[in-house]
Amino acid sequence: MNTVRGWAARAGGGVLRIFLVLAALFWLLPTLGLLISSFLSPTELNEGGWWRALTAPSKLTAENYERLLANDTITGSLLSTVAIAVPATLLVLVLGSLAGYAFAWLEFPGRDWLFLIVVGLLVVPVQVALIPVSELFGTIGLFETTAGVVLFHTAFGLPFAVFLLRNFFAQIPRELLEAARLDGAGELRLFARVVLPLGGPAIASLGIFQFLWVWNDMLVALVFADSANPPITVALQQQVRQFGNNIDVLAPGAFLSMVVPLVVFFAFQRQFVSGVMAGAIK
Amino acid sequence: MAATASPKSAEVRRRRLVAAAFLLPALVLLGALVVQPIGYSVYRSLFDRSGGTFVGADNYLEILRDDSIRTALRNTALWVVLAPTTATALGLIFAVLTERVRWGTAFKLLVFMPMAISMLAAGIIFRLVYDHDPHRGVANAVWVGVHDTFAESSAFPKARPGRDSPLVPADGGAFVTRDPVRAGVPVLLPLVGVAAEALPEGTRPAKAAGAEPGRVTGTAWQDFTRGGGGRTNTVDPAESAYAGMRIEAVKDGRVVDAATARADGTFTLSAKADGALLRLPASNFREAYSGVEWLGPALVTPAIIGAYVWMWAGFAMVLIGAGLAAVPRELLEAARVDGASEWQVFRRITVPLLAPVLAVVLVTLVINVMKIFDLVFVIAPGAVQDDANVLAFQLYRTSFGTNADPGLGSAIAVLLLALVAPVMFYNIRRMRREARR
Repeated sequence: MNTVRGWAARAGGGVLRIFLVLAALFWLLPTLGLLISSFLSPTELNEGGWWRALTAPSKLTAENYERLLANDTITGSLLSTVAIAVPATLLVLVLGSLAGYAFAWLEFPGRDWLFLIVVGLLVVPVQVALIPVSELFGTIGLFETTAGVVLFHTAFGLPFAVFLLRNFFAQIPRELLEAARLDGAGELRLFARVVLPLGGPAIASLGIFQFLWVWNDMLVALVFADSANPPITVALQQQVRQFGNNIDVLAPGAFLSMVVPLVVFFAFQRQFVSGVMAGAIK
Repeated sequence: MAATASPKSAEVRRRRLVAAAFLLPALVLLGALVVQPIGYSVYRSLFDRSGGTFVGADNYLEILRDDSIRTALRNTALWVVLAPTTATALGLIFAVLTERVRWGTAFKLLVFMPMAISMLAAGIIFRLVYDHDPHRGVANAVWVGVHDTFAESSAFPKARPGRDSPLVPADGGAFVTRDPVRAGVPVLLPLVGVAAEALPEGTRPAKAAGAEPGRVTGTAWQDFTRGGGGRTNTVDPAESAYAGMRIEAVKDGRVVDAATARADGTFTLSAKADGALLRLPASNFREAYSGVEWLGPALVTPAIIGAYVWMWAGFAMVLIGAGLAAVPRELLEAARVDGASEWQVFRRITVPLLAPVLAVVLVTLVINVMKIFDLVFVIAPGAVQDDANVLAFQLYRTSFGTNADPGLGSAIAVLLLALVAPVMFYNIRRMRREARR
């Protein structure tokens, strides 16, 4: 009986390993394919599959990247992405933690139902706001401006930010705040000296989450960004039309757009995961 | 919790002012860019394209009438049914299995990585994976490879009889000799039309077959000399043999004998073939199998759903993994000691204990899938975008660009909002319950 079980377990273990190896290949090959393609010259790309380079690494060349980095449209679009993602992240952090603190520790009429409205806004799709906000931005001159895109991203990042930070701040021991208040600290000082430092982990998670969200966005940029100087996602999307003839542009372009998110992801894995878990209802 | 109605002392007023200062920036943005648009969308959806004429529910009726929107609705339904369940099931399997191998952490990292990249980048990645050309798209490269391992591939696509050839086309793409063959008289089976680089590797020059008494001999070859100089229906020195060509001898519609051409194109049939017609069956000339049209109208939506699952299975895996860590090990051990198989433990203990986590993952993915836009926009080639259409994509197409109809677009937006509304109310209720506790 025992040996039969042991044998079955070993066989099962083998099947399990094979299954996981296959799954790993499924997850690895698509990205690897594009990565290798990005290092193949246009002539090589026309001649056959990227997998041929696995046995002939000498085919690899950085010329696509050199050409792309010399291309002002692409480098300009990367700068546009930075110019949108950084302020949109900082604004969400600042406004979100201010409001989160107010909801957690300040007393004012209507606090609870106001917070419930914010919770309700968590799942509102950005699509609902595309037409109304483009009309609004059109009237106040924010359409096709970086500021407009930043404000839009900030607004749609706020419900989650307020929700996450309010819940996190609410766990700060009351005595800590009372003690600081007794020492005569004003609310702003209390917020800056006590609440923000304690909220560090939640703020970091939120920051990474929001940053990746905005960096990776295409739809909002497609509608609101300056079409003469769009962020990288839109710049590349315009190239997809010609897919097949310009893999030598799209592949390295996609990787350039992925470098920053991947660095952030690998550097701040833990914060990213906790951000994702907290955002599970977004 | 709520502020008590106290006498309006200066202190209370000051506190409220402070609260307002903390809240106002966020609330103004939320009000102007999230709340107001909801109201405006509902209002705008009741007006026509130009916004000047009130049309009542017409835009909503149009959603049901318009073919392209109906496709979008159908596809969105397919997405909602397939994508979250597949991603969650895979996430569950991965979360459970990775606990048992040493490289589980590396595996998790690999599967979770796509979460960090944009849908645009993932779209480009999969556009390449699904490329129809098996020399470019890895999906078809593998598919064709597997197919050719099990099905005979033909060596001579596009081969056909030349002028004055003794061969004529027959049923189903085969070729057959005009006249019956005789034992002892070498037969010529000349064809043309195979590109030099399409000939199998190691193809050698053809040789004219010698006569053998009591047997039917012959040569199958490419009756064409590159650069000119070859004579029609003659085996010239530089002409290529059709090594491996299958030849059948047919009498009264029945195959009486068959042979395969040797490396020099010659073949030998027994005396049974005497008086028969020689046929080159169609299997010699089938076009090379070119794989599946992943991004064709029929498969494009499942293919894009595949790309989505690739992106989001990691999300499910990480959340379920965290839930799994909270499952008491003793419970599983106790069941194993009681003789439960691994499958029973999984089915009867692990999954029920994980039910709340699975529900959260599923709901999150359903909401996410209803809004899916980028992947469809990027992966579906222009010609099949109508077939791949989903609600959020249709909304974009209706609302912007030439021929935009903001009235109809707003109606689709309201529909989208209505679809996520149940989750909205669920979140609010859960929050209220937690606040009361």
